[in-house]
Amino acid sequence: MTAKSDGSILYLDGVTVSFDGFRALNSLSLILERGEMRAIIGPNGAGKTTMMDVITGKTRPDSGTVLFNGSIDLTKLDEAATAQLGIGRKFQKPTVFESQTVRDNLELALAGRRGVFASLFHRKTAGEKARIDEILEIVRMTDRQKTLAAYLSHGQKQWLEIGMLLAQEPEVLLVDEPAAGMTDAETEQTGILLREIARTKSVVVVEHDMGFVKGLGVKVTVLHEGSVLSEGSFDHVSADPRVIEVYLGR
Amino acid sequence: MEGAVRRPFLVSGRRPDPWPEPFGIMTNVRLSALRPARAVQLALALVAALCLSLLALASPALAQDEPDDAVLRALVQEFVAAEGNYRDTSAIVDRIAALGHPGGVPVLNTLGAGDLFFRNSDDLVFAGTERGNTLVMADPITGEALGEVAEREATAIRVNNAVRRSIRTALGSLTLLSDDRATRIAAAQTVFASRDANNLALLEQAIEAETDAGVLRVMEQARAAIVVNNADLAAEERIAAVDVLAARGDQAALNYLRLLLTTDDAGLAAAAERGVSRIETAQIFWGVGQNLWFGISLGSVLLLAAVGLAITFGVMGVINMAHGEMVMIGAYTVFVVQDVIRASGNAALLEWSLPIAIPLAFLVTAGIGMGIERGVIRWLYGRPLETLLATFGISLALQQAARSIFGSSNVLVGSPSWMSGSFSIGQLNFNYNRVYILLFAIMVFVALILVLRRTALGLQMRAVTQNRRMASAMGIHTPRVDMFTFGLGSGIAGLAGVALSQIDNVSANLGQAYIVDSFMVVVLGGVGNLWGTFVGAFGLGVTNKFLEPYIGQGDAVIAKIIVLVAIIVFIQWRPRGLFALKGRAIES
Amino acid sequence: MIGSFVLRGLDWRSGLVIVGLLVIGIGVPLSVGSPNSPFYLSTNDTLLYGKYLCYGLLALSIGLIWGYGGILSLGHGAFFALGGYAMGMYLMRAIGTRGVYGNPILPDFMVFLNWGELPWFWNGFDQFWFAAIMIVLVPGALAFLFGWFAFRSRVTGVYLSIITQALTYALYLLFLRNETAVGGNNGFTDFKDILGAPIGAPLTRGWLFGASAIALAIGYWICRSVIFSKYGKVIVAVRDAESRTRFLGYRVDRYKVFLFTLSACMAGVAGALYVPQVGIINPGELSPLKSIEAVVWVAVGGRGTLVGPMLGGVLVNAFKTYFTGGASQPYWVVAILPALALLFLVVTYRSALGWVKVLAGAGIGAAIAAFGLVLADTWAFPPTTMRFFGGILSAESWGWTVAVVAIIAWLVTSRNKYIAGAIFGALLCRLLIDPERTLALAPNWPYFLGALFIAVTLLLPRGIVGTITHGWNAWRARKASIDAQEGKDADLTDPEPAKIELEDAPKEPAAETKSPPPAAALPQASS
Repeated sequence: MTAKSDGSILYLDGVTVSFDGFRALNSLSLILERGEMRAIIGPNGAGKTTMMDVITGKTRPDSGTVLFNGSIDLTKLDEAATAQLGIGRKFQKPTVFESQTVRDNLELALAGRRGVFASLFHRKTAGEKARIDEILEIVRMTDRQKTLAAYLSHGQKQWLEIGMLLAQEPEVLLVDEPAAGMTDAETEQTGILLREIARTKSVVVVEHDMGFVKGLGVKVTVLHEGSVLSEGSFDHVSADPRVIEVYLGR
Repeated sequence: MEGAVRRPFLVSGRRPDPWPEPFGIMTNVRLSALRPARAVQLALALVAALCLSLLALASPALAQDEPDDAVLRALVQEFVAAEGNYRDTSAIVDRIAALGHPGGVPVLNTLGAGDLFFRNSDDLVFAGTERGNTLVMADPITGEALGEVAEREATAIRVNNAVRRSIRTALGSLTLLSDDRATRIAAAQTVFASRDANNLALLEQAIEAETDAGVLRVMEQARAAIVVNNADLAAEERIAAVDVLAARGDQAALNYLRLLLTTDDAGLAAAAERGVSRIETAQIFWGVGQNLWFGISLGSVLLLAAVGLAITFGVMGVINMAHGEMVMIGAYTVFVVQDVIRASGNAALLEWSLPIAIPLAFLVTAGIGMGIERGVIRWLYGRPLETLLATFGISLALQQAARSIFGSSNVLVGSPSWMSGSFSIGQLNFNYNRVYILLFAIMVFVALILVLRRTALGLQMRAVTQNRRMASAMGIHTPRVDMFTFGLGSGIAGLAGVALSQIDNVSANLGQAYIVDSFMVVVLGGVGNLWGTFVGAFGLGVTNKFLEPYIGQGDAVIAKIIVLVAIIVFIQWRPRGLFALKGRAIES
Repeated sequence: MIGSFVLRGLDWRSGLVIVGLLVIGIGVPLSVGSPNSPFYLSTNDTLLYGKYLCYGLLALSIGLIWGYGGILSLGHGAFFALGGYAMGMYLMRAIGTRGVYGNPILPDFMVFLNWGELPWFWNGFDQFWFAAIMIVLVPGALAFLFGWFAFRSRVTGVYLSIITQALTYALYLLFLRNETAVGGNNGFTDFKDILGAPIGAPLTRGWLFGASAIALAIGYWICRSVIFSKYGKVIVAVRDAESRTRFLGYRVDRYKVFLFTLSACMAGVAGALYVPQVGIINPGELSPLKSIEAVVWVAVGGRGTLVGPMLGGVLVNAFKTYFTGGASQPYWVVAILPALALLFLVVTYRSALGWVKVLAGAGIGAAIAAFGLVLADTWAFPPTTMRFFGGILSAESWGWTVAVVAIIAWLVTSRNKYIAGAIFGALLCRLLIDPERTLALAPNWPYFLGALFIAVTLLLPRGIVGTITHGWNAWRARKASIDAQEGKDADLTDPEPAKIELEDAPKEPAAETKSPPPAAALPQASS
């Protein structure tokens, strides 16, 4: 496609979404390079969640371009298709399958064929078992693998969901408020985990916790009223007077 | 529901049509002319009478002295002497016509039918009806019963064709030239229907004398009906008559014109064809109008039945399968009110039974609704599928309760006299009960909008709908709001029941007939939006009625199936209805 | 691959169910005519239990989609009836020349309605194999088409339920017409034989029973296999968090369509086996009530399990037969129900004060009822003037009057412990006060069915089997509902509530009230 989209894993240009006259996204443009980790911050209603909805195909933009891998038009695809392409998403409110065990949750997320009949006649392979064990190890839930997800604490659910993201083996991870409801120690662990992941994947992190964002030490994009207000290093944006105005001025 | 038989109140002692009826064809016109507002009608009648009397003075042809009963009676008595002499009989007929007494009409009709007799013993002239070997006697002028006489004791006054002709002319002049406008119109219509060429001369005479434009038009049409049929007349004249008929535009005119399509005269046939197509176009137009009205009428019923559901389903998110039973209870309330009134012997109050039943039905159903909310639904909040099942159980029990109390057959619910009858505009026919129900539905809808927008309850309801936790945090007692919301929805269903009792059979199954349609309306309109319900109801009603004539022979069932399937497909296109709210809040 | 799929669902418990069904499915027909056999059933009982087994299969098909897929279909009667009609068409053609009109091709009703020739869709139904294919294919195709439309556009929850009801209603209207050529209002009846065997003969009945039992066993086995595959895990995931499943890359609509179609095929088979046993099929089977009734069987048995719906289908119908079957019951038999309800209330209010209140209420209610009875029996109401109100107060409707008065009082006072006690106390008193009276149960069945709907949703949300395996949760579910209605939420007590953006405040009622975490019976947990 265009030169700008070359080499990018996610390319958003002029994306506009409105709900009944309210503009959730206003000509938003954003480029995520392959292997890049990006933090996105912004006040309530800045359009962070809507942006993720657009990328994952949940919401169709009124106008604008959304490209994956520089060529695949994401606006034509639905959630399942984007997920199969390799875009993984973690929700703000941890959503795990509560009536299934931790292990089953990971099994469901595990990369593989998603068809009805494929799953009907699916047989667990040794490789899959090993992969699940590995992820359980990473998210430190090996001892809780038989527990129903409903019995997990809030933080544990967050970790399980990150584990599910890993199991999905996506190319891009969209992570919405991974540290919400976590203790300081857990938050720190989460940060370490994310940076670990970012070594091989592209990651977009939406977060409110400034300390957490600072700790990530990556390029930060500030959204405000549906478009990019400021972009750059954490120190750069936190010094930007417009950002200060938006965060403190109201 | 169109087919339901209405039962007027016989107890009220008012017959729907207290006027004697010389011409059957006039019934509709008269009913329609006299029903809407009695006072206005009376005033108009007075003015008309005044005009007519002035007219009578001005026009010598119509100027008559006050017709004298005694003179007429004397003339009628002369038939006895003339019996057997047709020429004399004709002469008497002509003199009766010249007298211009309206009482002459029944006499001549009786004579023409061969039913005029005189009693041999005293020469009493009477109108006789055979019953076995005896004749039932009636006064030929007033129709008053005079007793019976053996057939052989009476002689019939015989008529031949010449006399019949004089009778026809005489009747025409008595009616076509009558002082009474309505009589003249009726007479002209009769001529139109009979197309009797013998009436032509008289008709033209009447046209000469006529000054009332309305009457003149009908007479011209009658004349045209005769003229187009007369092959002896010039083609131009007949073509002009075709245009008059085409302008009339009803089914009868269409039939006359169709007969001309095969005529030898090319010009005439072409004119007739133009006329036919003109009428047919007009009829399509009127047909569309009539269908539209049927659709709107059905829509108003659907709106009434569905708007309560829109409140409970839309605003509260609660599926109330017992909604139909609230409608049923409302209808039974009307029955109970009428029953109590009848039992109390105060029959005049029956006319007021609906206004009395409306608040009662609202209170009763709202009370039961609140009871259901308190007793069952609140234990199931947030479990919509279970709520659906539990309310279905309530619906079963309520239906059975209605059967236990009122019996399993339909109960008789009467209509007040102001609800019965119909009027027409052009070729559109409107039943009063349908019109009132439409008005009632709109009133209820407007009232509901006002309640939601202008009252504290409405404000709280909207707050709870949008964010229950926030509303609760702000001190709104959410369970109480739910209870009243449910009561309001149920109460409106009760009001729908009052309206439905006037057009449908009242039985325990009444609600069942409407529940699926009501859900369809809400689904179609979009949950949580009253205007959606409004558009959904009328849209569904009109679609239904427009589909009916075009599928098979007006097959209502297929129309209904098509509508149901169409809704299922529509959901595919717009899963949340016509007026769905967009945005994230609604996504979950 | 297939082998592992089929064997996966088997464990000793499900094996027991399957073997048990197979044993009676073969034992009963073999024992026809030998009363000493342990599997002997009278012809009447064969018919009755065979019918229940068909209902069990229908309930199983509903339980599959409702319990595991979260799809509440209020239209499964349609698939049941379509299967039944397909079988009925075969049976009608099998009558041949033995009909009233003796027409070798046209069934009687077509001769009666002056049909010149057989409508196209009747072709082939003279062959059993063709009918057998249609029995599965027609309901399946309709379900596929409907599911494809509905699930692709993400119609879920109550919306879907209402739409399925509309579908059934449309079919009901269609089948009611004479022009549809499926017998109109009367449907099909007067069948003569099936596969050459006379349909009323005890042996045929025995084998039909056997076929029903075997079909139920196979259906159960298929359901187990499906649920225990990875597909089963996905579909439960869809039930619990549909959108999350989608973000994992699963095509939720296809998963649902598959389940819905499978379920419809099972319902079709149930209908097909039902028709030759009862000897009639008419549009009544398509009425919305029938479909919803079947849902209650599932609710009673326990959704989220597979044995539950089967059990529910059999139990509720056996209960119905007993109830509507015939003889009037003395009032004291009926009195067991309010007595149980009262006992239940006492047990559920776990504090001593609660017991006292309920019992005090019951005492007051009983006293009012007794007083009212005396009043109603001694005060003869003038028949004309106050007929209606007299009717309400007459001894016959006393239970109702008390209930209505009690509900109003309840509304006013909100003292529900007293009032709940009073209602049942009054009913109990009314029913016990003249034990000589009898009550014709048949016309009162709708009351009991209605009460069953309410009772099972309020008091036994997991059904019988679910309660046995997972414990009783009605109290917690009720509490959760009340909290949710009052706008209280567990999330409000979150340690860091400030972090929840208001605009993102979860509106999912499912999340708010999914109170008991282990509520959903996962197959693993139950076995």
